[in-house]
Amino acid sequence: MTEATVGMHDDSVGSRLGMWLFLFTEMLLFGGLFLLYSVYRAKNPEAFHEGASHLNVLIGSLNTIVLLTSSLTAACSITAIRRRNTAGGVILLMGTILLALVFLIDKYFEWGEEFRQGIYPGSSHMAELPQGERIFFSLYYTMTGLHGLHVVVGMMVFGFVMDRVLRGRVNARKYIWLDNGALYWHLVDVIWIFLFPLLYLIT
Amino acid sequence: MSSVNTAPKSYLSAGQGLRSWIFTLDHKRIGLLYLMAMSTFFLSGMTLGFLMRLELIAPGPTIVSAQTYNSFFTLHGVIMIFLFVIPGLPAVFGNFMLPLMIGAKDVFFPRLNLLSWWLFITGACLAFASLLTGSGPPDTGWTFYAPYSLRTGTNVSLAVFGAFVLGFSSILTGLNFVTTIHRMRAPGMTWFRMPLFPWALYATGWVQVLATPILGITLLLVILERWLGLGLFNPEMGGDPILYQHLFWIYSHPAVYIMILPAMGAITEIIPVYARKTIFGYKAIAFSSVAIALLGYLVWAHHMFTSGMSDTARMIFSLLTFLVAIPSAIKVFNWVGTLYKGSIQIGTPFLYAMAFIFLFSVGGLTGLMQGALSINLRVHGTYFIVGHFHYVMFGGTAFAFFGSLHYWFPKMFGRMYNAKVANMAWAILFIGLNTLYFPMFILGWEGMPRRYYDYLPEFQTGNVISTVGSWILISGVLLMLGNLLMALLKGRHAEPNPWGGTTLEWTVSSPPPLENFEVTPVVTGGPYAYGRGDKQDD
Repeated sequence: MTEATVGMHDDSVGSRLGMWLFLFTEMLLFGGLFLLYSVYRAKNPEAFHEGASHLNVLIGSLNTIVLLTSSLTAACSITAIRRRNTAGGVILLMGTILLALVFLIDKYFEWGEEFRQGIYPGSSHMAELPQGERIFFSLYYTMTGLHGLHVVVGMMVFGFVMDRVLRGRVNARKYIWLDNGALYWHLVDVIWIFLFPLLYLIT
Repeated sequence: MSSVNTAPKSYLSAGQGLRSWIFTLDHKRIGLLYLMAMSTFFLSGMTLGFLMRLELIAPGPTIVSAQTYNSFFTLHGVIMIFLFVIPGLPAVFGNFMLPLMIGAKDVFFPRLNLLSWWLFITGACLAFASLLTGSGPPDTGWTFYAPYSLRTGTNVSLAVFGAFVLGFSSILTGLNFVTTIHRMRAPGMTWFRMPLFPWALYATGWVQVLATPILGITLLLVILERWLGLGLFNPEMGGDPILYQHLFWIYSHPAVYIMILPAMGAITEIIPVYARKTIFGYKAIAFSSVAIALLGYLVWAHHMFTSGMSDTARMIFSLLTFLVAIPSAIKVFNWVGTLYKGSIQIGTPFLYAMAFIFLFSVGGLTGLMQGALSINLRVHGTYFIVGHFHYVMFGGTAFAFFGSLHYWFPKMFGRMYNAKVANMAWAILFIGLNTLYFPMFILGWEGMPRRYYDYLPEFQTGNVISTVGSWILISGVLLMLGNLLMALLKGRHAEPNPWGGTTLEWTVSSPPPLENFEVTPVVTGGPYAYGRGDKQDD
């Protein structure tokens, strides 16, 4: 046994436990922002109403559907790999990455439209808005921005997992990398499920 | 190295050269990497503390300008808290001892463990870079309170980003330990046959995982505020700086339990070995660790009694603060109970453990005073707080760290130190600590504010005593380190079990072999079976 192999072992239960602990940290990371959101919403209910009515519910709903579908493809890819259907698994993973990309492109157009209207931190238009609305948009950019960053990370994770599938390192017998990647992706999805109504729907 | 025999090669001789260290996956080497890095950081933090005390030896400007003084206390805090007391015991002794104590070959995620160390070094480099680059070292205090941290022209963003990266390192260590304890205990080691240091690490791991992300998002927001002007904590833009304080302390109060829980765990290992007696109240100690971790979440606002809160909120937070004292006191009583009718042997680690109990009690009881609303109004923001904090953090955590270092030194390095010199260093440290920090209680009670560059002439006597104390304390630290360095070079070789410990790490050779155990141990009884081989309740 060389040094590199000491302590290396197969225990997918433990690996999944580690992933769950990591997901708790992610929830708390966003939890701080949800806390700020609730306090400021309670302080400025009208301004938050006004701010939310500026957002594009259509793009928001579209993105919700896209992200939910991508969670489905991610879950299906696990089933495919477990049934030794490598090609199917890879296609489903590619689909997941593609849907994540669609989500980001939507987000680009959504943010672009708001930027065009002069709604972004530090703009002269923002300075004219009432304070509560400014807070709303600051939170909107921070929360969706941080979430978008997680989408990018998720794409990279799936790219990495796909590579392992193609090289046979993730297979029907041992698929913990895929399992954990999908867990992470579901969390990114769940956070969006909370962001969407809080920012877009409660007007 | 000598000692070539039939025993398997020790982890120290398993590989040579820098690469075999900085890219190692061996938990023991990673523990030593942390130890080396942390010793450097501790000495730099100590130097800043020395300079601050020197500045305060007389009222008015003495050796540095007021702005420099502000940077000194900020960096002293950042270095000592984020680079020494928070990661200290888990990263060094947790890494080294946890797998050994539970009969495992390594931690569950060895690669993640190495990544934690690299993140730790990166965060430290960022924090130190904030000193030398940009427009001057940060001057906000380690708490980075808004709105000043958003407004000051100094290099706050870089230091804050450093703390963010360090938080990541801390999370990964906690996550790794919790998973390790769940999945890698040796056959037969049930939860209640597990030694109490791993129990403390388990509770600590959960706090690291569940509290640190809040600091992460808060620090990220400070950076974004400075960069983009979000206005979330800026009162001029409708933000609420009090919310910053809440978020900051939602992490930073549990963080003090990240600092003290593993220290209590280490003390719990040392005491039964030197009392030659099974630990008294094993389960009470184990559960009190978990209770402290849980209650520790619910008391953060006691740092903010003067910040503006409703009376109801203040009373509830005050009550909850008092509740934390209960599990802490349970531990103290159990330690003392273990000593009762024990066959006590005096060794250096034991002396540190005794000093810990005394100093931690002083720190803990003054903490209770601050938890009482009426007293808090008087002492808030004074030197009383500084005194309390240093009794807990230096007298508690750092003393436990030094005690652990003396306790596990033979195991880690396979060498014995000179016990007489070590005891002398302990005595100097103990006297120095009390001379340095006790006058702060009196100064604070009389109204001297903390973090001030200057003070009224009537406070000078106390300040002079305190500064002299800092010299005594530093000589103690240097003597201790010198003694240990001498032991590394010239110490005689250590037996596998020089103190007569009964936990698993003492069953392997000193220093341990690369794979820890040749044969995976099977555990059949409790961890502290002294005397007649009596099993303890499990």
